[in-house]
Amino acid sequence: MMDDYNEKVIDNFRNPKNMGSMDNPDAEGEVGNPTCGDIMKVFLKIDNNIIKDIKVKTFGCVAAIATSSKMTELALGKTLEEAKDLTRDMVAKELGGLPAQKMHCSNLSVEALHKAIDNYQKKHMTKEHTTD
Amino acid sequence: MKVYLDNGATTMTDPQVSDTMAKYFTEVYGNASSLHSFGKSAKEALDISRRIIADSFNADSREIIFTSGGTESDNLAIKGVARALKDKGNHIITSKIEHPAVLNSCKSLEKEGFRITYLDVDENAFIDLNQLKESITAETILVTLMHANNEVGTIQPIRRIGQICKDNNIIFHTDAVQSYTKVDIDTKKIPVDLISISSHKIHGPKGVGALYIKKGTPLTKLSDGGSHEFDVRAGTENISGIVGFAKSVDLSTPEHIKLQNRLKDQLIDGIQRSIPDTVLNGPRDNRLCSNINISFRYIEGESLLMHLDMKEIAVSTGSACSSKKLEPSHVLLAMGIRPEHAHGSIRFTISRFTTKEEIDYTIDTLKPIVEKLRAISPLK
Ligand SMILES: Cc1ncc(COP(=O)(O)O)c(C=O)c1O
Repeated sequence: MMDDYNEKVIDNFRNPKNMGSMDNPDAEGEVGNPTCGDIMKVFLKIDNNIIKDIKVKTFGCVAAIATSSKMTELALGKTLEEAKDLTRDMVAKELGGLPAQKMHCSNLSVEALHKAIDNYQKKHMTKEHTTD
Repeated sequence: MKVYLDNGATTMTDPQVSDTMAKYFTEVYGNASSLHSFGKSAKEALDISRRIIADSFNADSREIIFTSGGTESDNLAIKGVARALKDKGNHIITSKIEHPAVLNSCKSLEKEGFRITYLDVDENAFIDLNQLKESITAETILVTLMHANNEVGTIQPIRRIGQICKDNNIIFHTDAVQSYTKVDIDTKKIPVDLISISSHKIHGPKGVGALYIKKGTPLTKLSDGGSHEFDVRAGTENISGIVGFAKSVDLSTPEHIKLQNRLKDQLIDGIQRSIPDTVLNGPRDNRLCSNINISFRYIEGESLLMHLDMKEIAVSTGSACSSKKLEPSHVLLAMGIRPEHAHGSIRFTISRFTTKEEIDYTIDTLKPIVEKLRAISPLK
């Protein structure tokens, strides 16, 4: 199983970027559950529709940690629309590929990102409505 | 420091074993079935080796069959007895925590029309003797229950299991691959009909094992071929491997068990003292001297394993993420351990070559890795 990870994946696992929590995030998104063995929680700072800061907390295997880290690098500095266009495949591709059985359960961080953005946009939509 | 703590998976071949084996490739290379001197020398080595294994069980030489390993021994015992007794009954009892060699042998017998009962285990992986008794029917022909579990080291009460089987006139097979040379089985005192063992778990070469078959036990052979091994297991004997296996049995002493028990306690106590939120999986007593299985809460086993591997410490995990099927260990789940704890389980298996310094190094190395992974865990 271990040989299936390429060096890029191992490198991102070994030195993950943007890991940890954030004070007063503008949005949060969490996916996964303890039973399946992978949980990711994303925190965002958003300014003028742009992701100014991103942090992620990950419970999971080597692939889960590596993809979480890579996702944060891809999302940082993007507009919310650009970030919503990010896919699992793009993250996996940036890492030079993942073992087939890790594509689904462990490569969830993009979903956590999208959930955070959705939460943010819902919050803002309701705000707009109340001012109407 | 390179630290190998995966001796449950396989062990280093003892250099004394490989030295002993060498001449059986280049000098004593005859076929044990041949009538000439080359064959006779091989036969002699085979007989001596068989005697050594037989003695370890207080058994007769003719009750030992050499095989290609634990997997084949389990297959031969379970399928061999089931097929030999299929006119007598179609029910087999095993447990939920057996090695795949046993579980999948039973699964394939299900397809042949046998009915299998998979006994539950408690939180420490012990079977319930009452459930065993209640599961027995007039159709029961075989009970197959492992002696010691490979994942959590639980040692089953095989004397009592054997007695229940004997009282009910049912054949009892035990997979003793993990316990062999660590927990004695005297076949004159413990009622057991078949015992599977494997060489590579005890510092012998890989690809060799044996099956103890009590005299008179009905058994249908699996592979057709010559009449080797008392016409139970066909194929030219792997003399060098068999000699190496016997040598590894000769080299094991009670001192090694004491040493491993000390190191086991050192590792369990050391981890629990220095790292919070850790749980020992499996019992503290009636546990194999070589097995330590600990769940590190809030983190996932494969990640921990990989970080340890970078520090040259080799362990294994019951985490789903490390298995091809992406399911947590069937043993831990049968014990009722919550999936998130099963995910964070690490198995450390020591050997007679493990040192106190290696255990110290492992404890010291674990602490910062666990802290680092917990710092990024959303569960913590
Ligand atoms: C309990 C148990 N049974 C059977 C086996 C299979 O033995 P072998 O590797 O010799 O086929 C193993 C080893 O993985 C084991 O731990």
